[in-house]
Amino acid sequence: MQLEYFLLLAAALFSIGVYGLVSSRNVIRVLMSIELMLNAVNINLMAFSNYLDPAEIKGQVFAVFVITIAAAEAAVGLAIVLSIYRNRDTVDMEQFNLLKW
Amino acid sequence: MNLAEGVQLVTLAILGLMMVASALGVVLLSNIVYSAFLLALTFISVSGLYILLNAGFVAAAQVLVYVGAVNVLILFGIMLVNKDEDFAEIENAWIGKTATAAVCAGIFGLISTMVLSHPWAISTAPAAGDKAIEVIGQHFFSDYLLPFELASVLLLIALVGAIILARREFIPDMPVVEQEALTLPERPRELVAAGIRDED
Repeated sequence: MQLEYFLLLAAALFSIGVYGLVSSRNVIRVLMSIELMLNAVNINLMAFSNYLDPAEIKGQVFAVFVITIAAAEAAVGLAIVLSIYRNRDTVDMEQFNLLKW
Repeated sequence: MNLAEGVQLVTLAILGLMMVASALGVVLLSNIVYSAFLLALTFISVSGLYILLNAGFVAAAQVLVYVGAVNVLILFGIMLVNKDEDFAEIENAWIGKTATAAVCAGIFGLISTMVLSHPWAISTAPAAGDKAIEVIGQHFFSDYLLPFELASVLLLIALVGAIILARREFIPDMPVVEQEALTLPERPRELVAAGIRDED
């Protein structure tokens, strides 16, 4: 029964991340919600690794890769945010509407 | 249920509650700095969950990378784009937020239904436990070698890309402002004419 608890916690964290991603106006909060979603996926991977594959723990290896990719993506995302802020002087997502049709 | 399992369950409940509460604080609070610090608390609770899952190395890596690097980076980003503006109100914004909350609740309901109804094949093999870091190292250099090397290339690309995106452009043709040479306030006195003699 413990596996289901971890999976439910991961599902809750993922849904909270999706809500933050869609409804935030501050672009940095959007990046923080993306990190929440990546952590939810990591909890899923680690829970499956512990309960379904406890000897070879391939899920933990995958989770380490996800942590690495998430760190790189946070760095590049914040560089993009800085670049946009220097040009548009705002961090309001509603103002970044050049691609809107 | 013996004492160890009871302690595990109570710890799971406390860490889960802490994680969900701080995640709600990240997405709902209006002050972005509070959200950033609550994000650090979320990462720490996730690290605690990893310890409950017999993964000491990944728990330590989570604290080091996420709390120590990613969260500090986010805080620096907040510091650099800290414009004290109130966003212009858009009318009927509550409709969008309610619809998003409903969709997210639907996603959570869907996933939890699937999780609770699926018969998971729990393995009975002994857990790697403290030997986990050895097993991870063996995976990195045998069957996960290619993703390992590609991850290092990706980190290099991300480093170069972030630096190029975020550096200040050097604008060479700004007018140079002439500054007066700094002078000390002196008592005004007659200049002593040294070595000047009339020509014959």
